Amino acid sequence: MPMANPAGPETRSAADFKDIVRMEGVEKFFGAIQSLRGINLSIGRNEIVGLIGDNGAGKSTLIKVMTGVLQPSAGRIFVRDKEVSLEDYSVRRAHDLSIETVYQDKSLAENQPLWRNFFIGRQITNRFGFIDIKKQKAIAREMLMTSIGFRGVGISEDSTVSQLSGGERQGIAIGRAMHFNADLIVLDEPTAALAVSEVRKVLDFVRLIKSSGRACVYIEHNLAHVHEVADRLVVLDRGALVAEISPKTMSVAELTEYLIGLQHQK
Amino acid sequence: MTPRAPSLIQRIEGLPIIVVFVALLLLFMYTAPQVFLAPYIYTTFLSTLPPLILLAIGLTFVIGAGEIDLSFPSIIAFSGFVFAVLFKEYNFGWVAVIAALASGLLVGFLNGWLIAKVGIPSFIATLATQFFWAGAATVLSGGKSYALFDADKAPVWRILVGRPWEGITNVIWIGEISVQAFWTTAIVLFLWLVLTRHRFGEHVLFIGDSNDVSRVVGIDVDREKIKLFSLMGLLAALAAILLTLENKNYFGNQGQGYLMTAIASVLIGGTSIFGGRATIIGTIFGCFIIGMIEAGLVASGLTGAWVRTIQGLVFLAAIVFYLYVDEPQRRSALFAKFKWKTDFG
Repeated sequence: MPMANPAGPETRSAADFKDIVRMEGVEKFFGAIQSLRGINLSIGRNEIVGLIGDNGAGKSTLIKVMTGVLQPSAGRIFVRDKEVSLEDYSVRRAHDLSIETVYQDKSLAENQPLWRNFFIGRQITNRFGFIDIKKQKAIAREMLMTSIGFRGVGISEDSTVSQLSGGERQGIAIGRAMHFNADLIVLDEPTAALAVSEVRKVLDFVRLIKSSGRACVYIEHNLAHVHEVADRLVVLDRGALVAEISPKTMSVAELTEYLIGLQHQK
Repeated sequence: MTPRAPSLIQRIEGLPIIVVFVALLLLFMYTAPQVFLAPYIYTTFLSTLPPLILLAIGLTFVIGAGEIDLSFPSIIAFSGFVFAVLFKEYNFGWVAVIAALASGLLVGFLNGWLIAKVGIPSFIATLATQFFWAGAATVLSGGKSYALFDADKAPVWRILVGRPWEGITNVIWIGEISVQAFWTTAIVLFLWLVLTRHRFGEHVLFIGDSNDVSRVVGIDVDREKIKLFSLMGLLAALAAILLTLENKNYFGNQGQGYLMTAIASVLIGGTSIFGGRATIIGTIFGCFIIGMIEAGLVASGLTGAWVRTIQGLVFLAAIVFYLYVDEPQRRSALFAKFKWKTDFG
């Protein structure tokens, strides 16, 4: 297992906090439609939380509220046990607080080289905005070799994203978030449409997030995948949190039965 | 397995088009030595190509961002008018230059705002503004053209398009070198640095790759698009000033001939119409080729009627070539057909 950068030292030594993110009584309305109802959810500083539920249950909305993309209609959000002002909370603010989201197909630019994709949005520049290309390439090369572990695969910092497989792309996006010391990485259906061998790689990266001291929220449709890596499973149904399950207490088959049972209860 | 070293084509920016340019040049030197082995055609290029180059450089950024600007001929008409009227009727020199540049910047800014904030696709927005600003120029100028007699006496003329070495040596062609070439070279160099090494250039390429990804990684897509079209407007205005001064004349249609040739120069040079990949060096040589074809064909004895035909053929050949360079599977399939290679790609 390749070595990873440990979680940001500043954020760890600053205040001893219990949960990286906590949502209390969070609600979200889109017009008359209630998308989230009374969500109380905390994500511990070093755990993998799997977020499961049927289509339309509100998983994406929950994540967007958690990461500053959408503002909740009601409720409170705490980052590192300190309340955040909802008006100020945005994606950029979330990045400042070391919360990052990795999308399956929107995190990387296809035709651009890896060294540009690593630093986009946080380039190393001089006063006039000119990029220190040499430095960025060196750091990118180092990351590829060590923390992401692509040595010997025929990929360099100059390769474009289009030359990478789906699993490798997820690896780059996750590696990028870790390099910039994200303490919470949110993964939005990372294994959808990936080949079996690629899924392996992604799950390994998810374990890497935990082993490097970070937290992860992992939206997944495939119960077998998320069952394998999650410390805790949280079930969303029609906008409400209906269950919290420890994977150790239920097998995948039992979990499937349980979720089907939930549907039939309505 | 170590990463495969990038091939020569990938390492030297614009290599294919440079090769084509050299080949074409050698061809014309052979078919029309009386023109192409003498310096005068080249000094003429130095004063006729700069406007095309400035426009094509701006378009390289615009097309690199996955957009298009069809309005620049009208920006030339409008800004050219602003310059001509201030220069001729009011005897302003540098004020006319600054006012014209500002007018181009403003028109470009409006284009950008329509595209980014109102959300009109750039093809439609600039098609519409192309009508509007051409009309505005006609209304304001009353359809007249402005002959700028004695323009070459003005300091503005000397500094922007002058012939600094005229009459200094006995070698005539040195006296024909226009200062436009130096200004344009400096601007091209600067914008090359911006595209390849500056944050703005990188944002342009990412936006061309995908607007969604750009937003997600924190690029302010709207703001960058507005800057992009403002830059195009500024460059078009500068081209208008150079054109008007060099010809000592302003007429409303002076920008019209550049629409197709500027876009063709960019695409021949290797910038992808889909956005995300752009090369300024390629564009420059694309301009050289487009500009050279007309002179070369006529000098070789063909009528001017052949010019568009040959330009079109060169354009098609270039596009097909890039198609194969960009898609390794297609390339391997072709090679396999001719049994040139048996491995993959």
